[in-house]
Amino acid sequence: MKNYIKYIGILALGMVACEPEFENPVDDIDAYSSGEADFSNYVALGNSLTAGYADNALYITGQQNSYPNILAQQFAKVQETQDFDQPLMADNAGGLLFNGTPIANTRLVLGIGESGTSPRNYTGSQPTTEVTNKLSGSFNNMGVPGAKSFHLIAPGYGNPAGVLTGASNPYFARFASTENATVLADAVAQNPTFFTLWIGNNDVLSFATSGGLGVYQEDPTVELSAYGSNDITNPQVFAGVYSTLVDLMMSAGAEEGVLLNIPDVTNIPFFTTVPNNALELSAEQAAGLTGYFQAVAGIFTQFLMSQQVPAEQAQAIASQYAITFNEGKNRFIIDVPETQTNPLGFRQMTEEELLLLTINQSALREQGYGSAAITPQVMEVLGMLQAGQQPSPEQAQLVLDAVNGIDDGDALDASELNDINTARTQYNQTIKQLADANGLAFVDAAAMLEQTATTGVNYDAGVLTSTFGSGGAFSLDGVHLTPRGYALVANRIIEAVNDKYNATVPTVNIGYYGTITPSND
Amino acid sequence: MVFVLAGTITYAGGYRVGVQGQRALAMGHTGVAVVNSAELGFFNPAGLVYLENQLTISAGVSAVFSEVAWQNESTGATARTDNPAGTPFYFNASYKLNENLALGLSIYTPYGSTVEWEDDWAGSHLVNNIKLQAIYIQPLVSYKIADFVSVGGGPIFVTGSVNFNRNLSRTLTNIDGERSNVTIDASGVNEWGWSAGALFTPTEDLRVGVNYRSEIIMNAEGGDADFENIPNTPLAPFSDTTFDAQLPLPAELTVGLSYELNEKWLLAFDFNRTYWGVYESLDIKFANGVVSENPRGYEDANTWRFGAQYIATDKLTLRAGYYLDQSPVQPGYFAPETPRNDSMGFTGGLSLNVTSRLAIDASFAYIRFDEVDASYDHYIDENGQNVPFGGTYKSVAFIPGLGVTYKL
Repeated sequence: MKNYIKYIGILALGMVACEPEFENPVDDIDAYSSGEADFSNYVALGNSLTAGYADNALYITGQQNSYPNILAQQFAKVQETQDFDQPLMADNAGGLLFNGTPIANTRLVLGIGESGTSPRNYTGSQPTTEVTNKLSGSFNNMGVPGAKSFHLIAPGYGNPAGVLTGASNPYFARFASTENATVLADAVAQNPTFFTLWIGNNDVLSFATSGGLGVYQEDPTVELSAYGSNDITNPQVFAGVYSTLVDLMMSAGAEEGVLLNIPDVTNIPFFTTVPNNALELSAEQAAGLTGYFQAVAGIFTQFLMSQQVPAEQAQAIASQYAITFNEGKNRFIIDVPETQTNPLGFRQMTEEELLLLTINQSALREQGYGSAAITPQVMEVLGMLQAGQQPSPEQAQLVLDAVNGIDDGDALDASELNDINTARTQYNQTIKQLADANGLAFVDAAAMLEQTATTGVNYDAGVLTSTFGSGGAFSLDGVHLTPRGYALVANRIIEAVNDKYNATVPTVNIGYYGTITPSND
Repeated sequence: MVFVLAGTITYAGGYRVGVQGQRALAMGHTGVAVVNSAELGFFNPAGLVYLENQLTISAGVSAVFSEVAWQNESTGATARTDNPAGTPFYFNASYKLNENLALGLSIYTPYGSTVEWEDDWAGSHLVNNIKLQAIYIQPLVSYKIADFVSVGGGPIFVTGSVNFNRNLSRTLTNIDGERSNVTIDASGVNEWGWSAGALFTPTEDLRVGVNYRSEIIMNAEGGDADFENIPNTPLAPFSDTTFDAQLPLPAELTVGLSYELNEKWLLAFDFNRTYWGVYESLDIKFANGVVSENPRGYEDANTWRFGAQYIATDKLTLRAGYYLDQSPVQPGYFAPETPRNDSMGFTGGLSLNVTSRLAIDASFAYIRFDEVDASYDHYIDENGQNVPFGGTYKSVAFIPGLGVTYKL
């Protein structure tokens, strides 16, 4: 009797330990192969895109969904890997404090109120990430928001003393090993076995997001110290820096890795969301605006003739200002430098020119920004002109001053776009060539974002696109990706790695990664 | 005695739990035509009148260790359940008034399920954890119409409860990234049903039985719906509310026979048909008018059971059995809240007569499931997109049980 009970007791204990087992468990260490790659100590080098920056801020959940962190989790399913450490922020509000003073805003969230739906800064809690609280240890994710290519090799880029003057970077200041450390040296010191490098975006992007307020450094001999923050890095300088980055990472032990190229700014919602032809007019408004610009041309003709310009030539110059507007959509007026051929310094935008997401859209809609700010006084003068009366010089000036073209900093004009693309194309040639020369995997991030901007990318719950707000790929700042967008980057990297190194790293399902964050807090 | 252990478990088709008697379970859970103990109260009340003693009591409890593993080869994602041991129990008493009439009382737990996945696992938008429980309480009458035929049956009172938690979608979180989820909870849900059976004894050695247990629809009304980690936005308009839902406990028809080869050997066969077709959809109607529709598309399912009993000595009886259990879950409807494919049960057990009145009954069952690639294709996400959830599933269950039979 007792024996039976004992027997059943032992049996029962045995049950507890029994677990269902698959024939081919995917969590077996040999379920997947790393091929010729060694993921045991992966270090990611890059900028905000690598850090997991989104919604114009760095915050914990964004970092957890950074593509390097997603990659590291997948790599860990393939071989024994070291922990992947990231310099996590202190909160999910985003924003930075420097000695207690806020120096960066909280993340953008999608607010929904009576006045509509729009991105705005999260106010549910205050930033708590203090730049001067130095994080200890080394970090596999060496993505530094704001970094340009050459910043990765700039000593002192993480020196807290330079943060407020802009001489150094607050994000790197949180975890730089020493005041004089470089991002690259801190990466190399970790003895990486594998690396990803996605750098160069900011070398054109800061110029682009400033509306082209910097200059394109076409002379390779210009010292980096002479560069303005919104300048386009010289492509030869970029090539030199980039090659240093690759060489030093590889000689540090990361013989396998992935290089990612630089996407086209014209595929980013920051530049594609506000159309350049959003000047929507009724037939009456179109006629009124056309009449106004005819008046501008007329007044300017008079002015030129009064300056002894022959009538025919005066009309030829002034006629460019007699811009015709039609019922429906019209392209905006943009301010350009005053030149001999365009002495008033404005024209209608061309088809390819772009407006920035940050432009004052209510001014576009309500204040004649991008066309003309026609006040009652201006109307009065226009009435005089119609009645055949001659306005005074002051009154004529009033009409000319009402032209309200879009500021340089709110748009990318054709020449600025040309500069961006010239530099970017050369950067990308460098990146591809160095990938090939060093036997590294290559991800065409430009093609990837072109795809999300055009056809979109199918996944199990729909199509991922670049449409601002609803497309799913881009966060609320219109420049950085969402977790779902970063998951797509991770998948493209995995595919490139599998292809290059005969590995079988499993991809992720991007449908499990979130997009933008709605919040009324 | 063991009622306080009233727990629930998961195994067998759907959320049916075939553990209603240690003697029967040891013989592959056959019993519609086996006159052996008061376990007949569940299997076929018509047989109670054939029990030899004036009072017969059978009671017992089992411990169910049941786990499920899931994996997805393309992403490398894995998950395992961490289910608490279920403790289904039964209590059957039969009292013989005269040679032709017996009264009985049976309490048993034929339906239930506890599945606890890791929170926020890959299928968490379908289920994080679920606990279903139903206790049947049934007074019985058994009447011998003629020497070769008897009938029996009685009304069933059911009291049940449900607790179900899942995430609201694959991605919705609060600002800190904690997944938005809902728990629905209803208890004290009471309903009525009935069962009736007949037992034929065409020859001395052969018995043929039939038993039918009615469908019972559990109506949970005004249960609590508790929403957690909801972001503050009109786009996620969730707040705590109440809900109504229906969960069917399907009807079950059993026919079977037993044959006494000789004084030592008895063979038994049962065929069950469980009318799962009634479980078309789990619709949860929230008080705010929102309805969560979760198609289940179950179909009626069969179980074939075989058992044998060998009376080794005066003291010891040995039993063994086997059954083949067809899952009511159809392709494309494989929801991880009841991840059941076809299974086979291997059972064994014994009775030890401690005294002439008291016997200890022990049983053991091992339930074997094939590894299966399956998916649930009827999840509609927050954008109205149909998003399948699939992978490879593997389940196992072990069920040791102990009981007593007391005769007076």
